[in-house]
Formats: sequence, C-alpha cells, structure tokens
Amino acid sequence: MEIAFAFVIGALTTSGVYLLLRARTFPVVMGLTLLSYGVNLFLFSTGRLATGQQPIIGSTETYTDPLPQALVLTAIVIGFAMTAFVVVLSLRSLADHDDDHVDGRQAPPGEPVSENRGGQNQ
Amino acid sequence: MSLPLVVFLPFIGAILAPLFAQGGRTAIAIASSVPSVIALAALYPHWSTLAGGGIVLNTFEWMPAMGLSFSFRLDGLSLLFALLILIIGLLIILYARYYLKPHENIAKFYSMLLCFQGAMLGIVMSSNLLLMLIFWELTSLVSFLLISFWNHKQDARRGARMALAVTGGGGFALLAGVLMLGNIVGSFELDDVLAAGALIKSHELYPITLTLILLGAFTKSAQFPFHFWLPHAMQAPTPVSAYLHSATMVKAGVFLLARLYPALAGTEQWFYMVSFTGMATLLIGAYVAMFKHDLKGLLAHSTVSHLGLITLLFGMGTKLAAVAAVFHIINHATFKASLFMAAGIIDHETGTRDMRRINGLWRFMPHTATLAMVAASSMAGVPLLNGFLSKEMFFAESLALNLPGLWAWLPPIVATLAGIFAVAYSARFIHDVFFNGKPVDLPVYPPHEPPRYMKIPVEVLVFACIMVGVFPAFSVGPLLYSAASATLGGNVPEYHLTIAHGFNLPLMMSIAAFVGGLVMYSQRQRFFDFHARFREIDEKAVFESAVSWTVDKANRLTAMIENGSLQRYALLLVLSVVAVAVMPLADQGIHIGSSGIRPIDWPTLAGAAILIVCALGTAAMHRERFYALVLLSVVGLMVAMGFARFSAPDLAMTQLSVEVVTIVLLMLALYYMPAWAPVESCRSRRFRDIVISLAAGAGMTLVTLAMLTEPFTSISEFFLENSKTGGGGTNVVNVILVDFRGFDTLGEIAVLGIAALGIYAMLRDTVMTPPPSDHGRAWTRDAYPLMLQQIARPMLPLALMVSAYIFLRGHNLPGGGFIAGLITAVALVLQYIASGMVRTQERITFRYHNVIGLGLLFAAGTGAASFAFGYPFLTSTFEYLKWPVVGKFEVASALFFDLGVYLAVIGATLLALVSIGRLSPHSAIKSHKESH
Repeated sequence: MEIAFAFVIGALTTSGVYLLLRARTFPVVMGLTLLSYGVNLFLFSTGRLATGQQPIIGSTETYTDPLPQALVLTAIVIGFAMTAFVVVLSLRSLADHDDDHVDGRQAPPGEPVSENRGGQNQ
Repeated sequence: MSLPLVVFLPFIGAILAPLFAQGGRTAIAIASSVPSVIALAALYPHWSTLAGGGIVLNTFEWMPAMGLSFSFRLDGLSLLFALLILIIGLLIILYARYYLKPHENIAKFYSMLLCFQGAMLGIVMSSNLLLMLIFWELTSLVSFLLISFWNHKQDARRGARMALAVTGGGGFALLAGVLMLGNIVGSFELDDVLAAGALIKSHELYPITLTLILLGAFTKSAQFPFHFWLPHAMQAPTPVSAYLHSATMVKAGVFLLARLYPALAGTEQWFYMVSFTGMATLLIGAYVAMFKHDLKGLLAHSTVSHLGLITLLFGMGTKLAAVAAVFHIINHATFKASLFMAAGIIDHETGTRDMRRINGLWRFMPHTATLAMVAASSMAGVPLLNGFLSKEMFFAESLALNLPGLWAWLPPIVATLAGIFAVAYSARFIHDVFFNGKPVDLPVYPPHEPPRYMKIPVEVLVFACIMVGVFPAFSVGPLLYSAASATLGGNVPEYHLTIAHGFNLPLMMSIAAFVGGLVMYSQRQRFFDFHARFREIDEKAVFESAVSWTVDKANRLTAMIENGSLQRYALLLVLSVVAVAVMPLADQGIHIGSSGIRPIDWPTLAGAAILIVCALGTAAMHRERFYALVLLSVVGLMVAMGFARFSAPDLAMTQLSVEVVTIVLLMLALYYMPAWAPVESCRSRRFRDIVISLAAGAGMTLVTLAMLTEPFTSISEFFLENSKTGGGGTNVVNVILVDFRGFDTLGEIAVLGIAALGIYAMLRDTVMTPPPSDHGRAWTRDAYPLMLQQIARPMLPLALMVSAYIFLRGHNLPGGGFIAGLITAVALVLQYIASGMVRTQERITFRYHNVIGLGLLFAAGTGAASFAFGYPFLTSTFEYLKWPVVGKFEVASALFFDLGVYLAVIGATLLALVSIGRLSPHSAIKSHKESH
C-alpha cells in the first residue's frame, strides 16, 4: 500500500514539475494543480495511511491522526484560491500581451499583431 | 546611569536643536552646545575614580541571548576621547556659527553634528563590542551625510560616497572580526575580551580575526592603502573637516587599536601589519602633503601622515610607544583642528584655498596668522609646543626598536624622512600663505580678520598647544597617565614629560628634520618639477572606475540569473531543490522503515494506477489542452477517493467540491485561451525537463516511502481527547478547524478573500474576446441549453438545503463551513452556466465582496465576542438545546465562526469565477439580448 502511495506522489510530482517547466501558461497552471495534489497527499500521509479509522469520535475504536487532515483541508481551499489567482494572472497576461507565453513576450516579429486583440486595460 | 546619559544627550540635542533654527545661528549654536556642557558636567564627578586607576561601568541588558547589552564604560582612554569629542565639539559649534552662511540649512548641519557627537561618544564609551559597532557604523553614516552637506556639488557627493564605501566596507570587516573575537572569548563585554588576551593570541583564528579588525581600524583611520578617501572628504564644510576628519572620527581607528591593545597586541603579526602599514602611511601622507596646492588638501594629507605615525607607534608594541601614541592623539587633535579652523577662516575671508593665490596674508590678518603659525609650528615639531614632545618620543621609540640587521635602520630613517617632509609642508603652510609676496587674484579682496568670536576656538586650541608644550606634566600629565594606563591594562612604564631630555639621538633627529625640511622647502621648485614628472594618480577616477566595474559585473551576474524568463526561474528553483535533496537521498537509498509495508487490495491498486496514468497523461498530452484538462479532473477525483479510502471523509468531500470548481474555472480560462499549445521546446530541452522531473518525482517517492514506513508519534492525542469535552463536537477535524486552530482558519479565509479580491482587481477593467470558433468548429448556437436550464433551477434550493445540512452537522459528522460553502458555490455556479451571466446576476442582489466581508466579520466577531466574557480571542463555548422535532441539538459558538467560513468561501469562490465569466463582452451582450 505504501509503495503504491509513494508512486502516486512520485507521478504527481513528475508530471507537475514537467508541466511547470513548460513555456505556456495553461500547462504551467495544470502543473501547479498537479503539484498541489501531490503536496496535499504527502502532507496528509504524514498521519500515515489508515483505513476505517476516520477521526469522528464514537464511530470507530481507533482514530487516525486528525491534525494533518485539518491542515490539508485548508490547504485544499487555499490551493484553489491560488490556482484561481494564477489562472487569472495568465488571462490578464494574455490580454495584455496577446500571447500566452509565461514570459509574457509579444508575438514574434513578422506575425501581424492585432492591436491588443482582446486586452483593454486602463 | 550618567554614562548612557552622556552618550544619548547629543542625540536628544540632535532632535531638539532644529527647533531653534528659527531663532537664527546664535540661538541654534547655543542650543547645540547644551548637551556638551551637561555631558562635561556629568563626567566631572568620575574623575576621582579614574585618577585612582578605577573604571566606571553602567550596564543595562538589551539582548542578553546575543551577548548584546547597553553597557558603557569610562576609563582613562575613553575619558580622554570623550573630552576631545566634547571640548572640540563645543569649539566647533561656536566656530560653525560664524562659518555657515545664514541662508544655509543650519538646522540640518547642527542636528547631524550632534548626531555625530553622540555616535562618537558611543564608540569610545561602549563597553560592549557589538554596541560599539552600532555606533561605529553610525559615525560612518553621519560622516557621509556631513561630507555631502553641500549636496549640490558633485565633488561633495562623490567624496561622501567614497568615504562611505571605504569606511562602510571596513566596518563590515570589523563586524566579522568582532564576531569572531566574541566567539573566541565567549563574550562581547570589553572586560572579558581584555582579560582574555593570552587565549585570543593563541587561538588558531587569531590571524584572521586580527586582520579583519585591523581592516576596520585602518579604513576608518585612513591608513595606506585606504587613505585616499580622507583627502576627498575635504569637500565637507571646514568645521566638519576639523571635527570629524582630523580630531575625532578618523581617530576611531587608532582608538580601536588602543582599546584592544591588551587583547590583540604583542604578536609578530600585529607588529608587522600595524607598524608597516603605519610607516607606509606616514611617509606617503607626508610626501603628498608637500605637493598639494589646496590648503585643506595639504592638511588632509598631513592628517593621513600623522595617523600613520600613531598607528606605527601602536604597532611597535612597546609600552612607551603606546604612551607616545596616546600622547600624539591629544596633540594632533589640538593642533590639527586649530589649523583646519584657520584654513577655514582664510577660505572664508579670501574665497579660495589655493596656496598659489593666497600669499602675504600677514598684512591683512596678523591675528589669525599668528595663531596659524603657532599651530603649524607645533605640526612641524618646534620645541616648546606639544607636537615637539610626542615627536621626540616617537623618534626615541623608533631608535629603540629591535629589528634584525640592517632593518634596524629603517624606522629611524623613515621617522626622520617623515619629519623632514613635515617641516617642509608646515613651512609651506606658513610661508606661502602669510608671506611670499602679495595675494594673486583673490575672489575676495581685501581679506580681513574674521569676526572676533570665530577666532576663539582657534585661540583655545593654540593655547592648549602651548600649555602642553611648556608645562606637559602639569597640563596633561594626569590625563595622559590615566589614558595610557587604560590602554596598557594598568602597566604604565616610567616616562618623563619634560621639555628637554638633554642632547641625545632623538634631538639630533629633530634637528636633522628641521634643517632638511627647511632646505627642502627652499628648494621646493625643484621638488615640484621632479614631482610633476610623474603622472598623478587620480584616486577618484580609480575609485569610480573600480565601483563601476563592480556594479557592471554585479549587473551581469544578476542578468545571468534573472534574465526575465519565468521558465528559467522555475528551472533554477526546481534544480536547486533537487540539488539540495540529492546528497542525503543518495546516501539513504531506498529506505523501508520498521513499520514495514502493508499489502494492497486491488481496488486501491486500481485507483492508484488510474491516478498515475492520468497524471502522466496530463503531462504527456498537455498540448491538447482540453484532453489534458479532462485527465486532470480524473486525477482530482481519484485524489478525493484516496482521501475517502484512507479515513478522511472531510477531505474527500472538500476535494470533490473543490475539484468541480477548479475544473469549471480552468474550462472558463480555456475558453479564452488557445486550445492547443505550439511545440515550443526542442527535443533536447524536453529530454532535459523529463530528466529533471523524473529526478524530482523519484526523490518524492523515496521520501514518501521512507516516511510512511517509519513509526511516529503525534500531538493529536490531545485533539482526540478534548474534541468532545472541550470543543463540543465529535468531528475532530472540524473542531480543530473552528476551535483548536481557529485563529489559523481565520487567517486562511482572509487569504481566500484577498485572493478573490486580487482576481477581481486584476480583471475589473479587462475585456477579452474569445476566439470566434473552437478551432474550426463553430461554437454551439445554443448557449444555454433548455434541458440544462430546466434541471439547474430546481437544483438550487435542493443544493442549498444539502449544504445547510452539511453545514449544521459539520461539528459532529463530516461536513462544516468549508464544504458547505463549496457546495453552495457549485450550485450557484451551475445557475450561471445554465442561465447565463446577466440573468443570474439580475437575480442575485448582493455583491460577493460583501459576502466575503460579512464572512470575515462573522468569524472575527465570534472570536472577539469571547473578550466580552473575559476569555482570550476565539475561546469557544457550547450548549445543548432541545428543538421540537429535531430533538437534542448542540449549539456551539464555533458554529458562528463556521458560518463566517461558509460565507467567506462562497464569496471568494463566486467572486473569482464571476470575474472571469464577465470578461467576455460578447457573451454578456448576447445573453442580455436573450433575456429580454
């Protein structure tokens, strides 16, 4: 069980890091999402893997560690907020530069650049 | 108590003095002199203790853990310096009153002067080395500000910058040295350090420590090769030059040599480093002074030379030499400060400092001329003046130095040579300025005597020169003895302060210096011609080019690391993490802890397999963004199932609802973004990235495996035990969130709200048009499918009811504010998707900003309510109520807190999504038409 779990985290990290190193914003956002899954699972597993021991008093004999769960719960929500923020950042960058490259560079010369295709910022 | 008072009085004065600026120069000068007068009065009662060989210590704790304390010390050495600082300070204040013009910023000048005075007193009276360093840096800073007082002049700004760079750099070295010293001794208190001389000198780090400390001292005291900043500091107003750059601040370096003499001196390294540096400085300063046409330039180089002399004396390592060094500190301060003030008067009255133009001033200002001539004679070492006495001692010591073989000749020769130059440049100062024909083309003509009171400071100092010169034992004897005793740790050798020691070798050297110097001056034209053959090194240009070279290199390095490419930063970040982790992980290998590995059941294995495949698939297919997103959503769902599998129902529910919102969000973003990513990276680069990400993934796998198989202990026993009794709930995770760690949660929802507001702000004025078609395929014409609308509308009340249920049971069963909030948010998002932006917005009469605010208010208000009952912030309470039908029902104050969480989550989620949804004017207009 532990081996499978470790490989899950490894796979999430691998894919996350690979996408993080891409040049376009959308894959990077997906990479960050994958990484945060990996990190959340990792933090969660610091309480070790227990089955049928949900930390609800009275429901079972023994309970798993509730603290990592509480920490990860907020981490999931915050992670969502951060993902949303990064997505919006990349949208804004797309609007301003007319290009979804992570470095926010303009379209390469030679290509016709329509005057701020959608972006209008005051 | 009185010692900190002495140090801090000038600082208080620095704050208050500018208030008197309105009253004119006299008022502010009087106000500025008050701290010095009080300080002198406060020091007076301690004299009896010091004369008896005692010291006064005032200690207050500051940061004892770091060895930093407010401890002040008064002994002979610090008293000597304190008197120099205070008395010359008083004279400078008076002098500056006449020197500065009424329209100049006198408030700033006096304020900074007092700041400097306080900082300098701090250096000499600190008994804690760290405290001393603070004051040390402060003097460098104030010196920078004072040199650039006339900041409209480029030379002043450059000179100030150079002084700051050199002394600041030295201060940095000194900091390192002092930290090492403190580390060796185990204390930063001066008493401990001075008592640990043998330990320090035998320590293996002594050479580095000494070098670093000497760097600090040498830069501050303008020793070769760091001497160049001092002449350039002469761009400062003359009172500043007289005070900081001849009498006090530049003495801080030699003060440090004296202060740490018992702890550091007496080794070969000390001897060679200090004495040879001193010798080089002595000669170079004296030589260059001869050729300076600028009055202040001559004095500045002469100051460099005299500082070298003092350093050389300390370097010799004999006790008598140290006494001579202390004596020369006093003498140099008196005659050089008075010479600077005289030079300032001349500058003031003639409008120039060029000695080729100011000649024959004797006829115009005989009074000033007399004073300057006496002071200059003292500088040259004329008998019956104080400079003669310490110079004789210096000559005697240079003869007494036991160097092997021919080297023994070096110190006396250097001393005599420097003496010759000193006589020559002093003669030049006297003869060129006051005689030697008529003034040439003066900007102010005719020059006349300065205001009466401007001469008083010069008179006082010149009087001191004569008094010390004629009655040394009577005038300065006790003070010198006390200071020397403090320097040497109590073992003062026998010495005699008399005018003449009979006809001996030192006197011969003096005579030789006089004859040589006068001859040299009479033949000066030849020397000038000789000197003119060499290209003069412009230190300023060299310094500026060194600075710009450094800045250039630093910029290139920065540009190399920070090239503006986010991709590069991400790579460096990941690489550095991998690099840090690779060593320990390689050592450890595959580690299986003592808990061992449990067998896996096939549903879990299948789930893990799907998750791994989908995660890798997301990466592999990232260019086909839509498919990658679908795979990503599968990963999220599998993570949620994983939480459910491993006893975390709350997490599973949270992950599930977050997953829905996240995918909606990403879909929305994808609507505006290109659906395909172009092939950007070349094959080798992709291969490199794959290797890096595999390394990262492998590292995480190993770490996770090692962690999961190790037994552990947790602090969670406490939460499990107290959840029901203390928090009134059986769902421990929820009780932790809203009760035990409620403050944490309050912070989290605040972050959530801030992120949402940030999103709103970023997109508020942005309009984006989505691509006209979905890569070839037209968008569906049915923007809001009828079936979806019809199903979504009745879903809303149902979903709200579910979320209310989930919310209320959260304290005892899986659920709570976070999850309920997300469910509500999902239900509302569904309405937007089904019925469109405009229609939904019309039916939602509140702004999401207010919902976030209300949520935070609820959470914080619940926390604050516990104040009303005299409990700390966020103390919770609970009560059981009997409700009809429902039965026994528990109401915890934490429920209101959770309500805040609920509202904040709804507000933040929807504000973020609606901000993105609103981006497209196209769809908004279209839906607008439809709804009407």
